[in-house]
Amino acid sequence: MHIPDGYLGPYTYIAMWIIMIPIWYYAGKKLGSELKSRQVPLLALAAAFSFVIMMFNIPIPGGSTGHAVGAAIVGIVLGPWAGVIAISVALVLQALMFGDGGITAIAANCFNMAVIMPFSGYYLYKIVSGSSPIASPRRIAGAAIAGYISLVLAAASTGFMFGIQPLLHQSPEGIPLYMPYGLNVALPAMLLEHIIGFGILEALVTGLIFTYIQKTDSSLLYAQKSARSDRNSGKSVSA
Amino acid sequence: MDKTVKNLAIGLLVLMILTPLGLLAVGETFGEWSNEEIKEKLGFVPPGLEGLSNLWNAPLPDYALPGSEESMTLSAVAYILSAVIGVVLCAGLLYVIGKKVAKD
Repeated sequence: MHIPDGYLGPYTYIAMWIIMIPIWYYAGKKLGSELKSRQVPLLALAAAFSFVIMMFNIPIPGGSTGHAVGAAIVGIVLGPWAGVIAISVALVLQALMFGDGGITAIAANCFNMAVIMPFSGYYLYKIVSGSSPIASPRRIAGAAIAGYISLVLAAASTGFMFGIQPLLHQSPEGIPLYMPYGLNVALPAMLLEHIIGFGILEALVTGLIFTYIQKTDSSLLYAQKSARSDRNSGKSVSA
Repeated sequence: MDKTVKNLAIGLLVLMILTPLGLLAVGETFGEWSNEEIKEKLGFVPPGLEGLSNLWNAPLPDYALPGSEESMTLSAVAYILSAVIGVVLCAGLLYVIGKKVAKD
């Protein structure tokens, strides 16, 4: 899912930088107002974990390989805005140090994996969990479903960015200048391999880590924290 | 550090040692082809793509060291080393930033 340099034309990658810069700015401000000292080791761990989990390439039928991202569980545990920061740091490092994902495409890759995933992951978890008690197995299902769907959404967005390139950039002779495959190929290819393969791994990773935290120290969970401070202060948390 | 966080860190250490398992998967990844692979597919490399594709020379491309791809053991060592670098930089950076901005 790491788009390399050259696959996106300037319209797309510049647009993504313009979209991402305010998102990073706001996420940084949010982090400053919400982060507690106690969470700092967890935040550091989250970025490192996402970096490592993306190194686990798995094969799927059809000869393709790919990986989980770990961004849904980070969004669920630390909250979506901290998730933006943690996953972005991992992705930027992968691009700069290891050439995994392009330099021009850093913003696009961050949008797909560091924004779409922690946000969709966090809210899907909240929706499925509803008002169930914190120890409820329903929350484990919520986390696993959040992992699965968030990765599929990120893949869809990546496929969409790929697929619009032949429409945006063609030579006068009709030769594609960047990603040569259109939406009819790129979108189903990205969706299919994440639906039948990597999404299941993301669901597993998300569900397992969630279960561990739920069983050992559920006070670490972001949603738990905001719910508790709601009760304590008797008003909604505005930050 | 909280006990749960400490155990998660131990889990991460185990994952780092296991990362070479990720090298066993062989195959291509959609949209991450090399210029040679694209040429094989299409018969040509789209000119814009070719122009941008060598924009950046990463110090450790593909989580490998120069020449490490020749042996399975070296690849595995380079891959684990990449995981260590990634973890130290990611965790270090966020720890420092986190400590700076955190309340209480």
